[in-house]
Amino acid sequence: MTTATAPETVTSSELLSVVASRELAARRTVFAGIGLPTLATELAHLTVAPDIEVVYESGVCGAHPSHLPETIADAVLISGAEAVLSMPALFGCVLQGGHIDVGFLGAAQIDRWGNLNTSVIGDWESPAVRLPGSGGAVEVMANSHEVFVVMRRHNPRSFTGTLDFCTTPGPDRALAEGIRPLGAGVTRVITELGILARVGVGSELKLIAVHPGVTVNQVRDATGWELKVSDEVGTVPPPTAAELRLLREDVDPGRVYLR
Amino acid sequence: MKRTETADDAGKVMSMKEAVAAFVHDGATVSLEGFTHLVPTAAGHEIIRQGRKDLTVVRMTADIVVDQMLAAGCVSRLVSSFVGNSSAGSLGELRRRIERADPAPLAFEEYSHYGMVCRYLAGSQRLPFYPLRSYGGSDLPSVNSDLRKVVSPYPGPGGEQEQIYVVPPVNPDVTIIHAQRADRRGNTQIWGLTGIQAEAVYAAEKAIVVVEEVVADEVVRSDPNRTVVPSHAVDAVVVCPRGAHPSFAQGYYDRDNAFYRAWSHISKDPERLRAWLAEWVYGTADHAEYVDKLGEDFWAGLAVGEALSEPVNYGRRL
Repeated sequence: MTTATAPETVTSSELLSVVASRELAARRTVFAGIGLPTLATELAHLTVAPDIEVVYESGVCGAHPSHLPETIADAVLISGAEAVLSMPALFGCVLQGGHIDVGFLGAAQIDRWGNLNTSVIGDWESPAVRLPGSGGAVEVMANSHEVFVVMRRHNPRSFTGTLDFCTTPGPDRALAEGIRPLGAGVTRVITELGILARVGVGSELKLIAVHPGVTVNQVRDATGWELKVSDEVGTVPPPTAAELRLLREDVDPGRVYLR
Repeated sequence: MKRTETADDAGKVMSMKEAVAAFVHDGATVSLEGFTHLVPTAAGHEIIRQGRKDLTVVRMTADIVVDQMLAAGCVSRLVSSFVGNSSAGSLGELRRRIERADPAPLAFEEYSHYGMVCRYLAGSQRLPFYPLRSYGGSDLPSVNSDLRKVVSPYPGPGGEQEQIYVVPPVNPDVTIIHAQRADRRGNTQIWGLTGIQAEAVYAAEKAIVVVEEVVADEVVRSDPNRTVVPSHAVDAVVVCPRGAHPSFAQGYYDRDNAFYRAWSHISKDPERLRAWLAEWVYGTADHAEYVDKLGEDFWAGLAVGEALSEPVNYGRRL
């Protein structure tokens, strides 16, 4: 049976995870949460990054799950794993010790420097919406060599000129306070409209590619600041039949995350 | 070399009712730890049944059990680094308390995960503070005055002066953890995710360890590396099978993911939440009743198969 691969049948989750997986080429250690990052890292393992090691916030290194994990602490991540570490070892030695190449983060809001808000919408003291907060995001940003952000929604409320609250600062904000973080901060933002990139300290997020059928102006309108645009905006190659087949048949056959 | 065998008494084993009555007092600072794995839910429920008030709860991942304790009116202050229902949605009561002070305000001290880890490290080692490379440029220090910056007394890698954030120790009046097994004196063995449990116990004045089963001393001593918390740090051992539900106990039962998803809906409606507490917490005398009420068919759905570790040889002198 042939899997349908016409572009219109590709879901947003499939698109985002395929694009994110390609960005993981040649990366070794990845700190990832559950959901789209799981799909992206598992697909990268089967394609562009066979030696990838996923490190989970719960303390698991080198997981070999029998089933797709439903949480970062799923029992299937532990059975058969290469190592399970305590919290002080995981956060202190692995993350702060500088062993993570790429950290995956999400956020309710992101600004042009890749600073993130996961705490509140509105005022912190009496917020319109109380969000979960940092978790380990502050540490992932400060200590991973680079950070990829996957955002399901690309609109001016999420891509905002001014964050309601900066939970997780990129290196520019840290340096302004006299603190030198280890990593470059956010270097890739992958959305349903395209890919934004940032080189490191002192550089803003810049549009480098759009998905087929998306215009640069569409991305500008969806971004809450005056978006910098690369001189040569590329088109993201659509997911290939091979990538989709691996994702659908090998990575997430139960469609746990491929909603 | 001969040593006197431990007296054959009950050790520190007591019921959940006795342990909570003895060690959890109104107004106390209570740490409940277990990072998704081994969440001490049954202990939280007994705290609710006994009607504790004005607690400061310290928990890295404030999740369902914290939402339930909030709804029961046990908690006036929360110290945490993640206040969400895992990846399954929101904590309804927590959001009402923080967003609208409904039905009462909640003092909230917001940290990141490693900030909490460092608070336990400082607390367990009786240090005045613990440094970490987080928070530079964050708005968190503006809402949490305990996040403070110091100048390192040593030169940085390039000889320059280095600034670094520090967090204060946390020393709970009591820490409660759940574990797979312990001996009757409290030598506690955990496998799978071990999280921050050891540091949380050592940081506290008193510690309650809730276990799936109490095992013979020889079982623990056959594998001493698996002991995460030794008996000298433990004040009470409570036997409470399935006491971590809806979280899981590696090798004993799996996580009840359906309940996590359901909680987002239950907790969204204050009436429904209170009805849930009335039925499942106030309406059960203890956790054994809660377990029975769920029924054997339910538990069969969370059963796990075997994945045994290879034994290791500790050796013995010939």
